[in-house]
Amino acid sequence: MKAPVSWIREYADLPDGVTTEDLAHRLTALGLKLESLDRPGHDITGPLVIGRVLTLEPEPQKNGKTINWCTVDVGDANGTGEPQGIVCGAHNFAPGDLVVVVLPGGVLPGGFEISARKTYGHVSAGMICSTKELGLGDDHDGILVLPADAGQPGDDVFDLLDLREEVIEFEINPDRAYAMSLRGVARESALAYGAPFRDPALRPTPAADGNGYPVVVDDPEGCPVFVARTVTGFDPTAPTPDWMSRRLLLLGQRPISLAVDVTNYVMFELGRPIHGYDADKLTGPIRVRRAAEGEHLTTLDGNDRTLSTEDLVVTDDSGIIGLGGVMGGQDTEMSDTTTHVLIEAAHWDAVSMFRTGRRHKLTSEAGKRNERGVDPTICEAAADRVVELLAEYGGGTIEPGVTVVGQPPSQPTITIPIDLPARVTGMDIASDTTIANLEAIGCEVDAGADELTATVPPWRPDLSDPFDLVEEVARIVGYEDVPSILPPAPSGGGLTQDQSMRRRVGRTLAGEGYVEVINFPFIGDADLDRLGIEAADSRRTTLRLANPLRNEEPYMTTTLLPGLLRTVARNVSRGTSDLALFETAPVTLPHSGAGAPILPVDRPPTEGEWDDLNKALPDQPLHLAFALCGDRDRSGWWGDGRPASWSDVIETARVVADALGLELSVRQASLAPWHPGRCAELVLGETPVGHAGELHPRVCRAFGVPARTSVAELDLDALLARAVAVPRAPQLSAYPVAKEDVALIVDADLPSADLAATLREGAGPLCESVRLFDVYTGQQVGEGRKSLAFALRFRAPDRTLTEKDTAAARDAAVELAVQRHGAEQRA
Amino acid sequence: MSGPNSEYDPVQVTPLDEEHVAAMRDEALAAIAAATDLETLKQVRTEHAGDRSPLALANREIGALPPQARKDAGQRVGQARAAVNQALAARQAELEVEAEARMLVEETVDVTLPWDRTTKGARHPITMMHEKIADVFVAMGWEVAEGPIVEAEWLNFDALNLGPDHPARTMQDTFWTEPAEHHLVLRTQTSPVQARAMLTRTPPIYVVSPGRVFRTDEYDATHSPMFHQVEGLCIDRGITMAHLKGTLDHFAESMFGEGISTRFRPSYFPFTEPSAEVDLRCFVCRGLHPAVDDCRTCKGEGWIEWGGCGVVNPRVLTACGVDNERYTGFAFGMGIDRTLMFRHGVADLRDMFEGDVRFSTPFGADL
Ligand SMILES: [Zn+2]
Repeated sequence: MKAPVSWIREYADLPDGVTTEDLAHRLTALGLKLESLDRPGHDITGPLVIGRVLTLEPEPQKNGKTINWCTVDVGDANGTGEPQGIVCGAHNFAPGDLVVVVLPGGVLPGGFEISARKTYGHVSAGMICSTKELGLGDDHDGILVLPADAGQPGDDVFDLLDLREEVIEFEINPDRAYAMSLRGVARESALAYGAPFRDPALRPTPAADGNGYPVVVDDPEGCPVFVARTVTGFDPTAPTPDWMSRRLLLLGQRPISLAVDVTNYVMFELGRPIHGYDADKLTGPIRVRRAAEGEHLTTLDGNDRTLSTEDLVVTDDSGIIGLGGVMGGQDTEMSDTTTHVLIEAAHWDAVSMFRTGRRHKLTSEAGKRNERGVDPTICEAAADRVVELLAEYGGGTIEPGVTVVGQPPSQPTITIPIDLPARVTGMDIASDTTIANLEAIGCEVDAGADELTATVPPWRPDLSDPFDLVEEVARIVGYEDVPSILPPAPSGGGLTQDQSMRRRVGRTLAGEGYVEVINFPFIGDADLDRLGIEAADSRRTTLRLANPLRNEEPYMTTTLLPGLLRTVARNVSRGTSDLALFETAPVTLPHSGAGAPILPVDRPPTEGEWDDLNKALPDQPLHLAFALCGDRDRSGWWGDGRPASWSDVIETARVVADALGLELSVRQASLAPWHPGRCAELVLGETPVGHAGELHPRVCRAFGVPARTSVAELDLDALLARAVAVPRAPQLSAYPVAKEDVALIVDADLPSADLAATLREGAGPLCESVRLFDVYTGQQVGEGRKSLAFALRFRAPDRTLTEKDTAAARDAAVELAVQRHGAEQRA
Repeated sequence: MSGPNSEYDPVQVTPLDEEHVAAMRDEALAAIAAATDLETLKQVRTEHAGDRSPLALANREIGALPPQARKDAGQRVGQARAAVNQALAARQAELEVEAEARMLVEETVDVTLPWDRTTKGARHPITMMHEKIADVFVAMGWEVAEGPIVEAEWLNFDALNLGPDHPARTMQDTFWTEPAEHHLVLRTQTSPVQARAMLTRTPPIYVVSPGRVFRTDEYDATHSPMFHQVEGLCIDRGITMAHLKGTLDHFAESMFGEGISTRFRPSYFPFTEPSAEVDLRCFVCRGLHPAVDDCRTCKGEGWIEWGGCGVVNPRVLTACGVDNERYTGFAFGMGIDRTLMFRHGVADLRDMFEGDVRFSTPFGADL
């Protein structure tokens, strides 16, 4: 909302010397937030005057340009009355034109000081100005030529060009609809200084007389008040007066025609949207009703709209002629031939306005006000103001008939304990202050010793609850007076185990050289296709957004991999090729079932309702994904590097699990998007918690990531659920360790982890660790076989092991491997 | 004690006289002094102190002397051998020091060789900012509450006094999910977590809830369809706006340094009444002239818009099962991404969501 300060001052008697900055600052402190200050001429100093061009001699220059050597009559503004010689490069004017001249000594925006200077062989004493040079616009079409009747040479142009006008633009919160008018802004301004306020809506209006245009309201809830006035003999060619055009321009409204401009002007003045009809196009009485399903209306923006039973419509005998309070119809619109005007000032139900606006995606200045709530008591005043202006400037006659249907609802009252503002804000607010402040915003207050009852003013439909009154009192006292007191410290339990464990996971991964990334959770079918995920895969069961940002990405993701791989590709394309990335984020796994209920708000949900609501939500487990590509260890002066591989991501998964006090086991698996031979299923106990390995080459190509990129994705919630927050101290044996190495030949497809587990099982309790240290395939072990070499360590808690003990344990381990896997001991 | 040597050759006894013993000793000492490396000294040791050295042989011959001569000869030879051994030890030590010094010189490397064998890891600054904020509140005894990002419409809006026809509901451009009748949204704010806290905990409630939220904003330097918020909620007896101010002032000081406070301006949020915008005293210029005039952090304002806050609307307490006669509360919320942007001078919001490792790496693992 923009508000010219001169207009504010018409209704609010602000003290002398109040600066625009101070006014804006005080209004911000009251809740009308300063958005911007527009002071077009504030950095211009005169003399800036009207000049009449007397002579103009074009003088071609060597550089190909032509300049004009002009003499300009500036009256007595130059102190001599002699014409002023000025060089000007623009060509859009001629002798006799009135122009704007800044004389030597003047300063234009940007600190541009004007002095008489020698140029192109002349002494140029001043400058003929363009709108751009005056800071009034970006018009490059040359200098500003004033209308012939703008004034006399030598006249000051500050007022003519509104250069002294200052406009404050406010951000208006939805509860302060009353401030979307000069009436409201001025009321707040007066409040800010305790200054007198003259209400522009307070004007004598003729009473309803039954002779006005016939109006029937079938839906008094939707339209409690409908006022109609008519003007005849209106001259549709009459111009909008300059003062009104200028004000509309300052408000950011483009003047259109007198009739339209007047209705707009009064809307900004009083906050009450007005609609004007070409009365000659109306047939029969006006009716207000709800639309029938499927009815149509072509609104004045030219759109054909299908209406619903919730839309309030205005009709005449020809059918629907407008969407009440939102937008008029094309057929009855005022035009450049309209001489008979019917003015509608009606009060509309805000909720209906909001719904209709939303349904038809219509936003207008009128709609914004009607849906937030307008003062219902000023329909007659607003209509009267409009017909007065139409008659005055359009030469029409105000018809004597006045139609008023319905009456404004009575104003609600709110009762509060008198000390409520003090209790809620923690400020020291006396009862007198509370009463005075409520009266200052227009409430009628009936105060007792402990309680007060406030009758809310009609322009404040936002005030309905006790705490609303608290805010009103508090903002006038001033939020800067709210003391700063820490509440007593609660006895909180610190971070939950999950929360601290999640931090541990992040720190562990950063320590392992991974960089955390955050991706949007939106994916499309193409992403799942690129991953090679099959139709039956549960990762294809997605939650779909009704209004995705990009139509190609309509789903909430079920896997972190698409986002992660896109980020890998982005980094590679930007020149970083050795990458280790990780992401921790929830995925969305929808399940079938009922939707979430919309519950009442006047009580908390019952246990059953609460369960239903939570059951309707998709599962949203926290996932952890990470990716490696390029070199895990770089090559350098120290020697060769080592490319990242499937085994690194598996190792990282184990390191993460280890940080949570868990041990992951690994199973050979085959799952998209992994390489079918290089995919590990990660298992916690018997529960699968994720997969890790090298990507399928096709997936690498599809996402544009380097070949052999390796990734893992884990259900972090599943890990966190079993995390061991309090590790038990191990019982250390001080007896010496005994070591045995075993090399076993097994089938090539036997996972080493299985053989290691078997050895461990077979070796019994004396076995401290089993570590694979060599894998060999080749002629010596035969086709389809491999040799795995393990180092076994044995130790007893209570004695030094004998060679016999160790040998027996080793033999038992080998024996089990022979039995279970057909292993042969390698010589 | 060895007996008389039957093969004793009196001619060979002469070397045991004083002159000869001294000559043997001096020859040994000269050889020791002349040894310039440990290898040579080892040879010298064998030659002059080993089993076959002249002094060792002489020592062996002492037993063959007549008893009256043995004492003197033994003393002479013993002293000579001791002197040789002492000199050997001393020279050994000297040469070892020299050898080590030489080795250290030889082993000198160029320590300016680059070392980037492994990639540097880092956590995302948003994650760390989220934790830093949580820690400020946990240190005050608050707890960290969390909730789902796909949330029930009722919790995201209705329970928070944003009824279906509330104009503010359209101001938050919401991602809706299909089917519409399931009434699920991507939460537009972390406030549903506050509602969950009230519905599942018993007062007093002091929780802070950082998390990601979604709005259908186009993606540009200052807007993102996904961003991060932190909200706080306090429900207790006798809670006032003053407690809100105290909490936010403490929060501001903890995050931005001593003396950095907040300012309230009246505003509107359906969740709170009265409501306020929170401005943060600029932590760079502190609003002091003349620094404030060209301060890029606050753009000359002296204050930075930080978030919103207010007294929890009693209607919200009712919908969330809190007895609004007994309890009052306050709530506040601010953008984590925005806080990070002005605290660390991030120019473009998109840097946070593009995953370029060059952006996150400098932040390391802790803010
Ligand atoms: Zn600053």
